[in-house]
Amino acid sequence: MSESQKIIEIEVLRYNPESDKEPHREVYKVPFSDDMSVLQGAQYIKDNFDGSLTFRWSCRMAICGSCGMMINGIPKLSCETFLRDYYPNRISIEAMAHFPIEKDLVVDLSGFIEKLESIQPYIIPREARTLEQGEYIQSPAQFNEYIQFTSCINCTLCYAACPQFGLNPDFIGPAAMALLHRYNMDSRDGGAEQRMQLVTSEEGVFNCSAVGYCSEVCPKHVDPGNAVNINKINAAKDYFLRFLSPKGGSK
Amino acid sequence: MSKRRPYVRPMGGWWKKNPFFVEYMVHEGTALFVAAYAVTLLVGLVRLGQGEAAWNGWLEAMKSPLSIVFHLVLLVAIAYHAITWFKLFPLTMPPMVVNGKRLEPNVVVGGGWTAAVVVALGLLAVVWRIAQ
Amino acid sequence: MSTMKVRKRSNAPIFWGLFGAGGMLAALFGPMLVFITGIAVPLALLLPADTMSYPKMLAFAQNFIGKAFIFAIIALFMWHAAHRIYHSLHEIGIHAGMFAKLLCYGSALVCTVISAVVLLGLGF
Ligand code: SF4
Ligand code: FES
Repeated sequence: MSESQKIIEIEVLRYNPESDKEPHREVYKVPFSDDMSVLQGAQYIKDNFDGSLTFRWSCRMAICGSCGMMINGIPKLSCETFLRDYYPNRISIEAMAHFPIEKDLVVDLSGFIEKLESIQPYIIPREARTLEQGEYIQSPAQFNEYIQFTSCINCTLCYAACPQFGLNPDFIGPAAMALLHRYNMDSRDGGAEQRMQLVTSEEGVFNCSAVGYCSEVCPKHVDPGNAVNINKINAAKDYFLRFLSPKGGSK
Repeated sequence: MSKRRPYVRPMGGWWKKNPFFVEYMVHEGTALFVAAYAVTLLVGLVRLGQGEAAWNGWLEAMKSPLSIVFHLVLLVAIAYHAITWFKLFPLTMPPMVVNGKRLEPNVVVGGGWTAAVVVALGLLAVVWRIAQ
Repeated sequence: MSTMKVRKRSNAPIFWGLFGAGGMLAALFGPMLVFITGIAVPLALLLPADTMSYPKMLAFAQNFIGKAFIFAIIALFMWHAAHRIYHSLHEIGIHAGMFAKLLCYGSALVCTVISAVVLLGLGF
């Protein structure tokens, strides 16, 4: 290590379910270079100071969605956040807010996975089609209706940004609603009515009070908050118009 | 036996932890002023229903320095409500499409603010017209 | 595939609709109304001193459009505010539940009823 080696202090919220009653903070002095991400900072700690430090990562290029954490209190992908931008100040990292902490920086995502399943994340065909009828034709305009909502990488930063999810973990939440909206807006899909029961339910869109921070922190510009809010309008229509139509919506 | 013991962090004071949330709470807080103004108007309406003397009493009360200050505060708070109400439109409203192109968020917000100013001036004009 | 949970429908659209309508009205008319009723008329700025005189206001409140306007402003402002305040209470950790709900939406309902009764009482 040369004289000019820069050292940044990284404060980590540690939690070991086997020995800790509650999380506590530990500070590590990490030598770093300008090309090092916060994720690499965590890896340095794991390799050099404490091999038990637990965190998720895979791609290191902002596409797998597994490295989210609170960095100085803001939900971010740690692989695309750089230590140099915080130096010489101390940087604090913590598991994504609102989720239960499993260990250190790893959170329990099982609730989110259930939500993803519950929105029926696949095309429910409008009509039965045979092979002979050939492929679906979709115009660029129809494609544009939903393409934005396909960019989600399930990083759940939007949930870490959503106080309503923090207050009510049953809230279906931003990313799941964005994916629901993605299928509803697909011209090949006819499942909007089936999905409406969830949208209008007590776990549904009306938990949202338009804070909007979810869309702010989304690394893929999915704008999940807009998907939630558009579906408030859809849900209200369903609520008031259901008396006019024989089917639709939950009971 | 599972060694899992997921730790759920408390939510207390969440809105103090991020400037974004503080602003959210401030614009939500404008509701207190909207309610205060509605109640002021309701009192006026009730006084109107009680006849001329009661109504004039209300008008007099509206002239007190305290009332003027109170209404200046209401004006600031409710104007802030109006500003933030339209600022949220790109979030709360479906995308607006003109000539097959989505309007930019700042165009949507600007449109909302413009509409608010036009309606406010229109209201002033109508009141002015009626008052003649 | 029929394992989907049966979910309870939320009645939020009613309150959310009133909240939205009131918020829109407050954004469009609120600031100017406050200025007119609370600043311009009391200080005799800009508008004639008798803009809100008894005969004028009575006539306005007896006119069908005037009535509807006054009613919409008072009632919807209240429903807008009630909804936001109820949610804020929950958000800052005051989960008074039914009590908070009654207090917030109850006051909005009371104000709605009073304004309706007075406006109807003023005749057409
Ligand atoms: S919507 Fe954005 S923030 Fe939310 S999970 Fe998807 S990519 Fe992440
Ligand atoms: S490691 Fe894959 S998104 Fe960061």
